Amino acid sequence: MNKRLTIRYFAGFREHAGTGEETIELNVDSAADLFEQLKHRHGSSEPLGHCKVAINDEMADWDAVLADGDVVLLFPPVAGG
Amino acid sequence: MRITAEKIEPDALRDELCDDRAGAYAAFEGWIRNHNDGEDVVRLEYEVYGPLALKEGEKVMDEARRKFPIYHAECVHREGLLEIGECAVWVGVSSAHRDEAFEACRYIIDQVKVRLPIWKKEHYVDGNSGWVNCERCAVHGHEHPEAASS
Repeated sequence: MNKRLTIRYFAGFREHAGTGEETIELNVDSAADLFEQLKHRHGSSEPLGHCKVAINDEMADWDAVLADGDVVLLFPPVAGG
Repeated sequence: MRITAEKIEPDALRDELCDDRAGAYAAFEGWIRNHNDGEDVVRLEYEVYGPLALKEGEKVMDEARRKFPIYHAECVHREGLLEIGECAVWVGVSSAHRDEAFEACRYIIDQVKVRLPIWKKEHYVDGNSGWVNCERCAVHGHEHPEAASS
């Protein structure tokens, strides 16, 4: 069943997607599944463990199951400092 | 934990950590250098996702306070466009003795670099620019610690 999700892209992901946010409908289970299905949008070939995900403004694990209406934040490898 | 678009003033920040019980103060400043990976860098641009950078930063500070017997700790990170020589990140810790001040300071900066949603884009002399990958990813191929489990 399709879920309606708001996806937010940051830094290099945003530049590749050409937008910071979009709402999509996809048949996805986990955050990892979403990341894989959206490869053409974020353009990342990084290992999943180098990237991070947040759901509804809480840091989440990649195996977290997504719910209809979730806001999913996709973070490329961070580089603070 | 603070995120700011203003210049970091280490002396003023240091004063906030003063405590009559403290016999030690350790600080770390991260500066913008003019080169990286063989490229000449002219400036750096930091993108910060504020809500989660603050939340995750506070977790790091709480962890440091639990792990080490320190009195005060603070961390400030810049966002926006920074020029060569500017301070991008500041960490300060005060404690009774130097060991815990050094260790807590090191812990905080190491965690901040790999856990907070902060990205930097280098602008080069030749006019090109590029996002910088986590330096530890590049060197060790490490897995980032999961925020939820730390």
